[in-house]
Amino acid sequence: MSGLIIDNISMRFDLPNGAAVQALQNVSLELKQGELLSVLGPSGCGKTTLLNILAGFLAPTEGQIVLGGKRVVGPSPERGMVFQQGALFEWMNVRHNIDFGPRMKGMAKAERDRITDHLLETVGLHDFGEKAVYELSGGMQQRVALARCLANDPDVILMDEPLGALDALTREKMQGLVLKLWKETGKTVVLITHSVEEALLLGERLLVMAPRPGRIFREYNLPFAERGVNMDLREVKKSEGFAETREEILSMIWGMEEEIMGKKEGAA
Amino acid sequence: MVLVFYVAIFVVSMLVWGRIKAHRGRHDFTSLKTVTFGDESAIQPDRVASVISILSVFLIWGAFTGSSIVPLHVPGPFVGEAGFTYTARAPEGAEAEAEVRVMVHEAGVAPVTPEVPEGSGFAKGDAAVVQAWRSVLLRPVENDGEGAVVVAINGQPIAVDDRVEVTGGTVTLTPRGALNFQAAKGWQMEPIWLPAPEAVVARFVEIATNGYQNTSLWGHLGASLARVMAGFVLGSIVGIPLGYAMGLSGWFRGWFDPIVEFMRPVPPLALIPLVIIWFGIWETGKVVLLFLAALWIMTIAARSGVSGVKLSKIHAAYSLGASKAQILRHVIIPNSLPDIFTGARVAMGVCWGTVVAAELVAAQKGAGMMIIAASKFQLTDIVVMGIILIGIIGYGIDILMRMAEKRLVPWKGRG
Repeated sequence: MSGLIIDNISMRFDLPNGAAVQALQNVSLELKQGELLSVLGPSGCGKTTLLNILAGFLAPTEGQIVLGGKRVVGPSPERGMVFQQGALFEWMNVRHNIDFGPRMKGMAKAERDRITDHLLETVGLHDFGEKAVYELSGGMQQRVALARCLANDPDVILMDEPLGALDALTREKMQGLVLKLWKETGKTVVLITHSVEEALLLGERLLVMAPRPGRIFREYNLPFAERGVNMDLREVKKSEGFAETREEILSMIWGMEEEIMGKKEGAA
Repeated sequence: MVLVFYVAIFVVSMLVWGRIKAHRGRHDFTSLKTVTFGDESAIQPDRVASVISILSVFLIWGAFTGSSIVPLHVPGPFVGEAGFTYTARAPEGAEAEAEVRVMVHEAGVAPVTPEVPEGSGFAKGDAAVVQAWRSVLLRPVENDGEGAVVVAINGQPIAVDDRVEVTGGTVTLTPRGALNFQAAKGWQMEPIWLPAPEAVVARFVEIATNGYQNTSLWGHLGASLARVMAGFVLGSIVGIPLGYAMGLSGWFRGWFDPIVEFMRPVPPLALIPLVIIWFGIWETGKVVLLFLAALWIMTIAARSGVSGVKLSKIHAAYSLGASKAQILRHVIIPNSLPDIFTGARVAMGVCWGTVVAAELVAAQKGAGMMIIAASKFQLTDIVVMGIILIGIIGYGIDILMRMAEKRLVPWKGRG
């Protein structure tokens, strides 16, 4: 199994008022199997667009995505997605949400149940299989979303701010879970986030993107995700280099924000 | 008068119950709130108020119809022997007095004609009978000799069109010299305007046993319900798939949007004349009308159900490997059910109202036909009974739909 190749992606489209938007410009990146990439940037930098292209929901105007030697042309179960809250099927109980993928493939019930039971255990929802998803807390719902994605055994997991709507404490717990699942399953993970801290904790590799046009601004290789596998996340945050890197990236993003504001004022 | 009574009951019961509640004291969370005006969550319907409200409707209804189930009554019509004396003047100028006795009797009771009293001089006494609430034309001077005219009642001089209050009623002198005696009406309503509650219940029992106009009561109500069901089911069978198509395809939406948006604000009642011209007054016409009433509501409900599905749910399903058919079956349809149920509740309500109206226009049986037929014979008790039954059934339909909704789409509003 080879990795995920983002090959010189550009994306440009027309607005109804005739103006054109350059959402992404010449984005290239190569991910090896099992790498954990987090993507960070101010709003409008095209990070969600990039994820949608990776998932196959959007087609780039230039370039291509190649996964395992095959070009990506549309959504497929080999690229699983975890969304922000609200993407679960509330008319199904927890178990049926998790085994949705296998069920659609027509997998036998015994096999499905084995997978689901294992995943419920993994994400810490052992006794919650028969519950309705709307009875669960936000954090538990995101555990179900992770399990639902893993049930399909995808090659790549794409996460679109999966922890964005959670409170700080739950969020930290869930960050630990994401790291654990990444290490245990060996999946390639691409995670989009607004939080610099989260990007540092959950990124072996970190991409800082800049807006107008959306492009890769800076790339980091970071040790914190690896540390976090065996260490308490609060310890990781105190560990060497964390605070400095965080400050560096924050001032980078602040710089971009100011530039945007300046451009707007100049235009006005 | 009725309004004054009603407001009085409202205010008095509110004050009294407020006192009782304040006296008993409460210790729940709401009782600790210092600001409740405008706090929607602090406003719970007071069930005591609901009970008093219903009771007071019956109390007033009973009080103004002389019902036996209510202890208090407003004054009823005069019943018994009424009478007055009149002064007659002969053409030559002589005057004489005589008495008129009028027996005011209740409807359905054989009247006893009072004894004819003696008069004085040439004037002779008279006697008459009249039903309560009614009036009678008296010619007391007919037997008093040629050319005698009435000049006074109870000693009070009277001219043409003058009114004199007498025991048990009023007397008016008509231009042709006769006296019109109107029995005192009191405050109560005549049964022909509003029958007493027990009369309505009695009528209900009678019609429930014997039927009305060759059809049993259940036959009438069943006919209306069957039409509603037929129209609603047909409307759903066409409307829901149409709504899905409009939610899933731009061409369908563009094609049908003008039609749906135009037909939606047209009240179904406005279609009755056209439907009658096209489909006649019998069953087909009614089912077509109800079909049209339900169709647009169900179409719009299904369309908004599909449009309301969160994109992330669809994306999630795709990236979990579901096919289009599977997404329709497992995501789009269940996601639209809450909206469809809401639409179905509205549609059933509209259909029930429309069917009654359509039956008022023309029908051989049905709840609407029953009340319009009864009104032609002034059988007000049947009309009132019909209106109450129509209300109860409409309310019952809504309660059933809500229960079904709770059972079938427990995830409503929790996405």
